[in-house]
Amino acid sequence: MEQRLLTNKKEFKAKGFILQWEWLLVALIVAMFVMNSNLSEYFFQYDNLRDATMGFLDKAFIVLPMVFIIMMGDIDISVGSIIALSSVVMGDLYAHGVPMPLAMIICLAVGTLCGWINGMLIVRYKELSAVIVTLATMTIYRGIAYILLKDQSVGKFPSWFKFLGWDYVGTLPFILIVFAVFAIAFGLLLHKTPFGRRVYAIGNNPTAARFSGVRVDRIKVIVFTLAGLMSAVTALFLTSRMGSTRPNIATGYELEVIAMVVLGGVSTAGGKGRMIGAILAVFLIGFLRYGLGLVNVSAQMLLIILGGLLIVSVAIPQLKSRFAIKRKA
Amino acid sequence: MSANVQSASPTEGKASTGRTISALIAKFRELGLLAFIVILAVGVQFRNPSFLTWENLTDIATNTAILSILSVGMMLVIITRGIDLSIGATLAFAGMVSALTVKHNPGLNPVAALLIGVGIGIGCGLVIGFLVSWVKILPIIATLGIMNVFRGFTFEASGGKWVSAHQMPTSFKSIATGSFLGINNLILIAIVIYIVAYYFVSHTRTGRRIYAVGSNPDSAEVSGIRTGRILLLVYTIMGGLAGLAGVLWVSKFASAQGDTASGYELSVIAACVLGGVSIAGGVGKISGILLGSILLGILNNALPMINVSAFWQMFIQGAIILIAVLVNALVKRGIDRNNLMRRKI
Repeated sequence: MEQRLLTNKKEFKAKGFILQWEWLLVALIVAMFVMNSNLSEYFFQYDNLRDATMGFLDKAFIVLPMVFIIMMGDIDISVGSIIALSSVVMGDLYAHGVPMPLAMIICLAVGTLCGWINGMLIVRYKELSAVIVTLATMTIYRGIAYILLKDQSVGKFPSWFKFLGWDYVGTLPFILIVFAVFAIAFGLLLHKTPFGRRVYAIGNNPTAARFSGVRVDRIKVIVFTLAGLMSAVTALFLTSRMGSTRPNIATGYELEVIAMVVLGGVSTAGGKGRMIGAILAVFLIGFLRYGLGLVNVSAQMLLIILGGLLIVSVAIPQLKSRFAIKRKA
Repeated sequence: MSANVQSASPTEGKASTGRTISALIAKFRELGLLAFIVILAVGVQFRNPSFLTWENLTDIATNTAILSILSVGMMLVIITRGIDLSIGATLAFAGMVSALTVKHNPGLNPVAALLIGVGIGIGCGLVIGFLVSWVKILPIIATLGIMNVFRGFTFEASGGKWVSAHQMPTSFKSIATGSFLGINNLILIAIVIYIVAYYFVSHTRTGRRIYAVGSNPDSAEVSGIRTGRILLLVYTIMGGLAGLAGVLWVSKFASAQGDTASGYELSVIAACVLGGVSIAGGVGKISGILLGSILLGILNNALPMINVSAFWQMFIQGAIILIAVLVNALVKRGIDRNNLMRRKI
């Protein structure tokens, strides 16, 4: 009874803060829409906006499991390399005569395996942080992609494969529908299941979580495996969209994904954040990028904006809690 | 073992035995690294007799110089439990700005160009140090973000163009190609930095404080060390060295590009973990990272010589990082287990 009261109280407090953050995101999105509509008359048109989602939603699949990872206070910077490896394996197999559906399944399997390896290394060797493990596997996975394909690219996928990245179901893009399904699934997993509550518990205090019977290792492995699987899903959509694949695709995706998650209000210190925030951040960054692209802002400028956005969105909560502590003292 | 000793100070006893064992293993570890380097060199020599020639060896040394300079800064950062992913970008930015400066002022003294690069690097390092020490952003997130900002700056500064060899005065290129007393400048600069760094980390108070902050930030703070300042200092040193390396890089390859040294941070981190710097913080030796850098340098030079395809290099480097950190972890476990067994309860 007492315990329940305690959790309720804490949850309520966190909610108060988090809610603010998500309203801030909504306000930012509105501001961005107003700005972009003023900059270019082509921005605020249903068709354009709809088609823009096809361009940026591919990496959004990784945002979903990355919320879990960052929530637990870990990080995975190998996701870009997992995309490259699973995509290259799929392309290479198809080029060698493996039927496309089978190659796609193997692509998903490769991604899952990569994620599982990350997870196993991280829980088996607790001395190593997730940073260094995924830094190493990031190099290894992309290295394998280079070994497989050298500096070549493979393409000429069957024409139906283009459906994933380019086609519509009814009036909505296929990728948007798939993303919505995954987003709801991951959102429910995080907020409505014991699994999700355990992830929060691990993020708040891994030691306490372990002593209260949460199987921390198992949950970590599952989450990192999910990140691998979703990277492979991204690989499918990205490859379909590009029509071919090379070992150097998706470089820097990890930064963008982490930026989206952090901008979405998930705390890098663990234990704070909600799925909806990250999803809002996906659309904020995606439409921002699309809008600035319309008015010819260079890719380099976008790099600066993205990096700055990442820093600012981590800095704000940090500074806020810092001043809150000062005021209390 | 008398009961007297046990009751006197069990913790002290544990610490001293622990230290001797870990010192032994640490020594063994460096010897092992040295032995591995020798075996590798001999093995490559059998496959390709032009490996162990004076010319090739100086070649390796010059190529390793920049890596080893950066490893010094990275070691300090990792000792404080941090990591700096932005050094490739800082390097490119500092290199680009100094290259643009000499392009527009061909008469400029090369030392001034060097100082400009170092200055820019220090500025970049200060920004990161501020974010990490004052705003308290996780180093990986801060440097990941900053990496893109600086990379963007580099492109913006150059307008996306390269500064190539013919646009640089000979005096600038001779920073890296020139030599003093028959030794290439790059090697000399690296040697000077290693001597200074050795003195700094082992014989100055500030240097020892870096280790204190890394091995236990809380107790360092309690014992009166201003951890924030130490962090700021460490990232500033890293930035300054990256800036220096930027000028050397641009001068050596006689070309400054937007994507100069992208991904180079991985090699530097690899050199550090190979050299026994612990990602958990508080552990790392100058001699270790020197050997680590040399090993990586030899690998980079030797793999093409024995006809290993360039496409394997990334994989090999990643595998080496992973194996090195796993070995570090296992060695640490062994030490801890020994300590536990020796503990008197």
